[in-house]
Amino acid sequence: MDSGGRPPAPGSDGPQRPSSEKGHAQGRLERVRAAAAALATKGTAGIRALVRRVEQTPPPPGPFRPGFWRSPIRGPWLTSVFGLVLLVGIPILFVTGALSYAAYNPGLGTLNDQTPDKGLLGFYLFDWPTHPYWLYRLTQGVHVTLGVVLVPVVLAKLWSVIPKLFEWPPARSAAQALERLSLLALVGGVVFEFVTGILNIQLYYVFPGSFYTLHFYGAWVFIAAFVVHASLKLRRMTRALRSRNLLTEMRTGLDDTQPEPPDPDGLVALGPAAPTTTRRGALAMVGGGSLLLLVVTAGQSIGGRLRGTALLAPHNRDPGSGPNGFQINKTAAAVGINPAHVGPDWRLEIHGPGPMLVLTRAQLLAMPQHAAALPIACVEGWSTPDQRWNGLRLADLAALAGIPDAGSVLVESVQPPGPYSSVVLRGNQIHDPRSLLALRVNGADLSLDHGYPARVIVPANPGVNNTKWVHRLTFRT
Amino acid sequence: MARFVRWYGSGPLHLLVLIASFAITGYALVRLFAVRPLEVAIWFVGAAILHDLILLPLYSLADLSAQAVLRHRAPRMPQPPWINYLRVPTFLAGVLLLVWFPLIFDLSIPYPGAARLPEGVYLGRWLAITAVLFAASALAFALKLRRVHRATRATKERPAPGHDAAP
Repeated sequence: MDSGGRPPAPGSDGPQRPSSEKGHAQGRLERVRAAAAALATKGTAGIRALVRRVEQTPPPPGPFRPGFWRSPIRGPWLTSVFGLVLLVGIPILFVTGALSYAAYNPGLGTLNDQTPDKGLLGFYLFDWPTHPYWLYRLTQGVHVTLGVVLVPVVLAKLWSVIPKLFEWPPARSAAQALERLSLLALVGGVVFEFVTGILNIQLYYVFPGSFYTLHFYGAWVFIAAFVVHASLKLRRMTRALRSRNLLTEMRTGLDDTQPEPPDPDGLVALGPAAPTTTRRGALAMVGGGSLLLLVVTAGQSIGGRLRGTALLAPHNRDPGSGPNGFQINKTAAAVGINPAHVGPDWRLEIHGPGPMLVLTRAQLLAMPQHAAALPIACVEGWSTPDQRWNGLRLADLAALAGIPDAGSVLVESVQPPGPYSSVVLRGNQIHDPRSLLALRVNGADLSLDHGYPARVIVPANPGVNNTKWVHRLTFRT
Repeated sequence: MARFVRWYGSGPLHLLVLIASFAITGYALVRLFAVRPLEVAIWFVGAAILHDLILLPLYSLADLSAQAVLRHRAPRMPQPPWINYLRVPTFLAGVLLLVWFPLIFDLSIPYPGAARLPEGVYLGRWLAITAVLFAASALAFALKLRRVHRATRATKERPAPGHDAAP
């Protein structure tokens, strides 16, 4: 990098001068240029010298020494196999997560929106549909189950690249330093997202703040680093995957397991230990871990007979038997329902442009009843098969309120104020004929834990937005 | 361009992509850190440290120690490689514990009240799964041992055929 190089980029010289002053200005410009170049050269030389000095320092002992990492199967091919699985899995997690965010209809105002400062990060929001009615059950079941199932793959991927953490010198260039900073967001992000998600589905609320906010913004931090990492490494991954044949690997025994050829990334051990397992064995162990997690988890999202197979998942048993024996998100006791508020004195208030209506449960039961078979699907990933609900159509109640083409409805519960004690539903949700203010389920009155005297049930709606113990509906244009 | 590469260490596209990513990261981080910034930062960076500098070294050390300790037992008989019969069930039981430990150790206070499900069942279930995994591994190892011993006996007998021939 000698002085007097190419002229700087156009536009960096300040405004153009009229031609009469050209010669004079040219001279000054040259001097400024020369000075800047000299300064740059000096600066770069200084950095160069520093880098050279760091490079010449021997690495500290332990993991920084190249001979420390000895696994004979660690190498670009194995890393790329795990990387490929995550390259498919992580985008599915991100998209299903974003869909869940949209399903809460945060666009309907502060009541629904726990991340009012989301700004551009909510750019993709759309009106959450009611078709197909099992949509949220599927997307959120996939989100949570896939997240759990990918845990061994993430661990294996991180294991496979651990020598890179202790690379010496820590950075050989500005490019590498920046990339490593991005890796902090990548690794911190992936662990943060998996940990907060996995703790939340077990109702173990130890993370610092609202899960909704942390998991949402954390996802953006992570995905920004993930996209960069994937795009910077994509070519290296495909090259590494082509370097060995998967089927051949699957037939290679322990005696024939050899390290991969040395790689520029330094993943391959310089002094490999004798192999204790094959690549096939490593992949089988990680895959086996994923399979085992799938078996002990997926049943809570499938329901029916398979619910019992989800041995370690939170919603793996039915809380009771009979018509109301299906899964409960929050019991009446847990949210502090006052029994007096849901006793004989309970009334449903319907607000609209016209006069307010106050109805007893008997009056509601005397009105034309409709049926819908709909599941409860929770953000925590569990769900129930379709339950047969009976009650009043939200569309009919909107007409009763004097606003048949209502654009939204505010649903309020008797439960004490807190998250999800009230929610706003959109016009498309009101007008779906399967959207009910349910009074009965599976041929019996709602139980208190399922929202007696009345609850909302809307197709494809996140469970927590199917408000229970409803006492007021406010229809708006 | 060549000068840039020499100075920066990679092409300009690398720099552009990284800056774009950092801008998004910054945009989300401001919001992530809006409430209780220090604790969130500790969780975020701590997540990477917890994995890279605690969990991974611990399990690597456990694996190496298991191999080292048991390697020095002078084998009276030829032994097949055995570490995977210990490694695999430990890994499987370990990931189950890693994912489901709040339920296994009854750490979630709201869970029983919220779901109306008793919490106490998970430790027993996890232990039962662990028992099945290790028992299956032990059985697989026993079968392997038997095969190896039979093979050794066969090779021992071969050098002296007819010595102990039946009358």
